[in-house]
Amino acid sequence: MPFVANTDADRAQMLKVIGVQNVDELFDDIPPEARIQSLNLPEGLSEAEVYDHLHRLSHRNAHNLICFLGGGFYDHFIPACVDELAGRAEFYTAYTPYQPEASQGSLQAIFEYQSAICRITEMEVANASLYDGGTALYEAAMMALRITGRRKILLDSGVNPIYRNMLYCYTTNLAVAFEEIDTRHGQSDRSQIAARLDDATAAVILQNPNFFGAVDDFTDIIAMAHERGCLAIVSVYPISLGLLKTPGSMGADIVTGEGQSLGLPLSFGGPYLGFMATRREYVRKMPGRLVGLTVDAQGRRGFVLTLQAREQHIRREKAVSNICSNEALCALRALIYLAWLGRQGFREVASICAQKAEYAKTRLSAVPGVTVLKTAPTFNEFTLELPCSAVDVVSRLIDKGFAPGFPLGRYYRGMDNYLLVAVTEKRTREEIGLFAEALAGVL
Amino acid sequence: MSQLIFEKSVPGRRAANLPRLTPAERDVKLRIPKKYFRATEAPLPELSELEVVRHFLSLSHKNFCVDGNFYPLGSCTMKYNAKVCERVAALDGFSALHPLLPQLRGGGMLTQGALQVLHETERMLCEIVGMDAFSLQPLAGAHGELTGMMLIAAYHRDRGHRKTKVIIPEAAHGTNPSSAAIAGYTVINIPTGADGGLDMAAYEAAMDDGVAAVMLTCPNTLGLFEAKIRRIADIAHDHDALLYYDGANLNALLGRCRLGDLGFDVVHVNLHKTFGTPHGSGGPGAGPVGVKATLIPYLPTSVVIKRDDGTYALEYDRPKSIGYVAPFYGNFGVILRAYAYLLLLGRTGLRRVSENAVINANYVQTRLKAYYDLPYDRRCMHECVLSASRQAVRGVGAADIAKALIEHGIHPPTIYFPLVVKEALMIEPTETESRQQLDRFIEVMIEIAELAEKHPEQFQNLPRTTPVSRLDEVKAVRDTRFTA
Repeated sequence: MPFVANTDADRAQMLKVIGVQNVDELFDDIPPEARIQSLNLPEGLSEAEVYDHLHRLSHRNAHNLICFLGGGFYDHFIPACVDELAGRAEFYTAYTPYQPEASQGSLQAIFEYQSAICRITEMEVANASLYDGGTALYEAAMMALRITGRRKILLDSGVNPIYRNMLYCYTTNLAVAFEEIDTRHGQSDRSQIAARLDDATAAVILQNPNFFGAVDDFTDIIAMAHERGCLAIVSVYPISLGLLKTPGSMGADIVTGEGQSLGLPLSFGGPYLGFMATRREYVRKMPGRLVGLTVDAQGRRGFVLTLQAREQHIRREKAVSNICSNEALCALRALIYLAWLGRQGFREVASICAQKAEYAKTRLSAVPGVTVLKTAPTFNEFTLELPCSAVDVVSRLIDKGFAPGFPLGRYYRGMDNYLLVAVTEKRTREEIGLFAEALAGVL
Repeated sequence: MSQLIFEKSVPGRRAANLPRLTPAERDVKLRIPKKYFRATEAPLPELSELEVVRHFLSLSHKNFCVDGNFYPLGSCTMKYNAKVCERVAALDGFSALHPLLPQLRGGGMLTQGALQVLHETERMLCEIVGMDAFSLQPLAGAHGELTGMMLIAAYHRDRGHRKTKVIIPEAAHGTNPSSAAIAGYTVINIPTGADGGLDMAAYEAAMDDGVAAVMLTCPNTLGLFEAKIRRIADIAHDHDALLYYDGANLNALLGRCRLGDLGFDVVHVNLHKTFGTPHGSGGPGAGPVGVKATLIPYLPTSVVIKRDDGTYALEYDRPKSIGYVAPFYGNFGVILRAYAYLLLLGRTGLRRVSENAVINANYVQTRLKAYYDLPYDRRCMHECVLSASRQAVRGVGAADIAKALIEHGIHPPTIYFPLVVKEALMIEPTETESRQQLDRFIEVMIEIAELAEKHPEQFQNLPRTTPVSRLDEVKAVRDTRFTA
């Protein structure tokens, strides 16, 4: 039987030691009427059969389209060393480092990951990871409620609509009042935010670049929020931080984001990586595991899980979050990726993405009938206005081998003719050119 | 002294080898005004690729792991993770698949292979635990619990029930009360009875029409099957309360009984425990949630359906759904590994999993109970909970025993949990360990018990041969150094 070591002889001997006649006796506590003899499932397959079956299924997925699709999830290159190192069994077959002497590898890696997240966001403290960018944003909102004792949240509609849906889902049973700030095309609307900020507002939630690709500097909005005793939560695309102004330098109180772009495959939606960073003063209100520096009995440097009194296994119903398993292996991948990029590479990869996107804009805006929205500067994702429904254009471009972008009409009323296009460092000049030609061909 | 990666940095050194821009791309003017740029480069480490590789390889050498060490961490089901599952998850057709593709056209015609994996995994999980439908969205066990609580809230709200409380045993995993509280419920704790099961008198006294749900794990955290489970379910259902199953301990029951038949209404399973996906030093996991038919309308959006023509689609139009608990379809890469695992084992293999998990745990319990206290002297299921109380009298607590095990190259059991047992040692061997491995572990545990009797002072400096010895956790809390 796969993966079971004991032979029938072993089992017989063990049952004798235990003092039972047969294995069924060990299941005696199950009510007789609920016992079953077998499951209605097929018998097991050989390793070769399982691999062949999945190999065949993998070919029934359109992963080979030339990808201009982003929407918060990007087709970045993953260096080979990320897979090699994160694929070490010492990392992937270990569990949460509850026993620090037997887990210094994982603990030091998490400490370095926390440090790397702080360095790219210019924040003071980061946790060991959350599930994904959306749950991280939800946790940030809960954290703001805890810190301020207030119940209202201003939510910019430039925040990823999937994340906004998640926020609404999680807070259905809680007394939280969301007010959306209507943002279309460009940067966040300062006057709307100013008008709706009040002394009951716990947080304003913003995203940079926003879902339309617009790059912003939220310094003024955050200052406005702070005057009202309100926190600023900023969701960021980490690759953009190679170039763009950091949320830390804008004055953000809590920073979250999706870490998929940092060395994680798209993998049809997960596993991903939620990161969160905040100010030192809020660390005890922050959810998630946290690794701290200490020393051993001989004074040698070592790492431990710390401030566990915030967590569910200690505090139970009074814990700041219920999280237990997080995304440790994904955090390790992000750390390896950032270490491979290094100081220069982190800037360069962002710069290449932005430059290629700017080039794509020039090519696509030359297509008759197509307008590139210029209401705000953009990083590597931008919005096209088409002369017809974006859904139809997308469909025709898929047939030509492209994942051409995301039709905004799906989440924004009245934007049926708008297409969100992303460009990463993986897209070549030829691919961008072919994409422009294909677009011209289908309009 | 372990050097941090940042301390190995040399200005100007690099590993990154990135695509070059063509002249045409380079010559386009970037239209981002200076004020939107970061002021200084992020101070990431500067190393050659070999230095990066050596750094992480050296870190890997400082970890215990299932592939290298016996790892009987109770409640975590640290079984072997089949290598073929890693190979499957790395196939380009899965790993390079963009999650937004199904939203572009035809509800998923671009991702039929992936949707088939999701659909068939759901169907197999339904059969294994006796539920009518599953959502694979929850991203971890605790996330499954929260999702389950939200489903239960939606169910009661839809029926006009006014429910504010959730009943949970004191011995439950900490995630249970935490998840219930985060979903907006008041937690009612029930003590453990004399037989190690739920205290039935306290349970009946606590039950009333304000109770939305009862959260249980079965076998419970003492490794004991909740023998009165049917009675517990009936009492809950008499008050319109739903019975929730925390799947942490499902490894005991595969092919032996189905939770739906025991009276459970909502179930989460931990793919990273029961279905053999790797724990990754603390995730990623996956915590799919299964429900009885009455709760199907509330399941998270989207749901995978199989059409009459045999194709698969994602259904988004679900008016009563609680909405999006995850951005897409769950931790797909984890689900994919579990799917491969289920295909490898099949009906007989799954039943053999639980048989061997239960035999292994009982074998350890039987052979060690002369040396360690056994607070509830019954046959256990997939794990056993011993107590180091006897040793603690000599000054050797559960933590000291854990450190002595590390010195022997064995990962310690879960210690000091469940809280209802003093000096708890919660041992879960799993089915993938052999009798010979268990014998070695048992011998070491006996040796440790004897040493505790004769030379308790020798535990003070353990472990000695690990990269660091005992760490000062108080200093970590006091110093609050979380970054370099």
